[in-house]
Amino acid sequence: MLRSEEKPFEEILGYLEDQDRVFILGCAGCAQSSQTGGMPEVLVMKERLEGAGKTVTGHSVIDFLCQKALVASRLQPLEGKVMGADSLLVLTCGVGVQSVAAMVKKPVYPGCNTVNLGGSRGEWQGSERCMECGDCLLYYTGGICPLTACSKSLRNGACGGASDGKCEVSPEKPCGWELIYARLKEIGRLDVLKKFVPPKTWNTMRPRPEILSTSLWALEQRD
Amino acid sequence: MALREALDKGKFAVTTEVGPLKGTDTTEILEVAEILNGKVDGVNVTDQQSAVMRLGSLATCSMLVEKGMDPVFQMTCRDRNRIALQSDLLNADVFGIRNVLAISGDFPTLGDHIDAKDVYDLDTEQLIWTINRMNEGYDLADNELQGKTDFFVGAVVKPVSDTEASFELQLAMMEKKINVGARFFQTQAVYDADAFENFMKRARQFKIPVLVGIIPLKSAGMARYMNKNVSGVFVPEHMINDMAKAKDKMATGFEIAARLINDLKDLCQGVHIMAIGWEKKVPEILQLANLT
Repeated sequence: MLRSEEKPFEEILGYLEDQDRVFILGCAGCAQSSQTGGMPEVLVMKERLEGAGKTVTGHSVIDFLCQKALVASRLQPLEGKVMGADSLLVLTCGVGVQSVAAMVKKPVYPGCNTVNLGGSRGEWQGSERCMECGDCLLYYTGGICPLTACSKSLRNGACGGASDGKCEVSPEKPCGWELIYARLKEIGRLDVLKKFVPPKTWNTMRPRPEILSTSLWALEQRD
Repeated sequence: MALREALDKGKFAVTTEVGPLKGTDTTEILEVAEILNGKVDGVNVTDQQSAVMRLGSLATCSMLVEKGMDPVFQMTCRDRNRIALQSDLLNADVFGIRNVLAISGDFPTLGDHIDAKDVYDLDTEQLIWTINRMNEGYDLADNELQGKTDFFVGAVVKPVSDTEASFELQLAMMEKKINVGARFFQTQAVYDADAFENFMKRARQFKIPVLVGIIPLKSAGMARYMNKNVSGVFVPEHMINDMAKAKDKMATGFEIAARLINDLKDLCQGVHIMAIGWEKKVPEILQLANLT
């Protein structure tokens, strides 16, 4: 799940400065859960845009905007309203905006910002995070990822900036390395703290080209 | 005496540090250099201290070399990736800089460019390892250098911690830093000889020079601020009271600093004075502590 939050309305009006006619799109997936792009938010946006003197040619909420084939088939019956707009305002995460942009030959504007969740989570949305770094170090750190648990992503140990076990970056965030210490102590492996982790390859963090294509390629190709 | 030579000979080493200003005006730095020249074994130049953008450590160290001093080039991992770090190490060598102090660096959000991207491509231990690799004549990609570096590498350690985890991590990382090539340590400011002895009891086994950190107090408010905001700094209540009662704050701050140096001197191999704006007065502190 991607979490999004509303952009300031002034910023949206800035994008839309010379766009009089706007079509609004929401998403019944993550954006609805984030309360940024479900039907209630789409209707509020419609009212605000009209209040700012815009014409809203139409609006729709699709589940899910990240599914491009669905975007195309759901927008087909609304083609007149979509193509009759100067631009589309999409109230979703960055994926939804890109997916709509890929399917509709019109300017597409983001109505939300996507919130960084500190790495990927599992299908079950627990607190553990994975940076998808392609070079797993969890052996050294008692099964707690230093890239996601430490604000500086330090691989060899704490920076020395923590106070009362909290990170120098935010007093609400525990020092990732103090968590790692506690775990290593618990499992009787404090000795690994002394192992040197050599400079990391960041090259594996760049996705391979074939990974960037969709797993639903057959569906998309047919479009 | 140069820092490496002083430590090698077992002299009680004295270092201090200067922070470049924001801008191109180097008047203050040069005045400080003039006063400190010949009175200390090494002068650290901070690297964008507190993540506040300013004149760099490299250029300032180079100016100090020209004055015949022995600067310690502080290098954080925050702002440069491994290409820039290695290149700046080569730059430092050709400018005649002989000491490097590797630190991670305060996070950008603690400074004045809070929107900056943090780097930490290498962490501190990896930077120390890299410097030693360059001393051996190779870069991180295993290419041979046309002319290798010869740096005396330092690192930092926080002797007093507020949690067991932090204390033990500091010791484990100190050992790791030594294993990858650190040759001396500077510490966070210490205000309690018993707490420092508690640390040295464990650190002594590493047989590595430790320069204890001293920050002269300027006021009770400064002490309370550090207690609240600076990790690893614990100024005891009686010192805060002494500062609060003092008519001449500078004199009292210096007396406390001199007393601390004398209390700590036998536990370590040197002292690192961070005067924070009072750099020109460091010789007075040294005199009070009978270190001249």
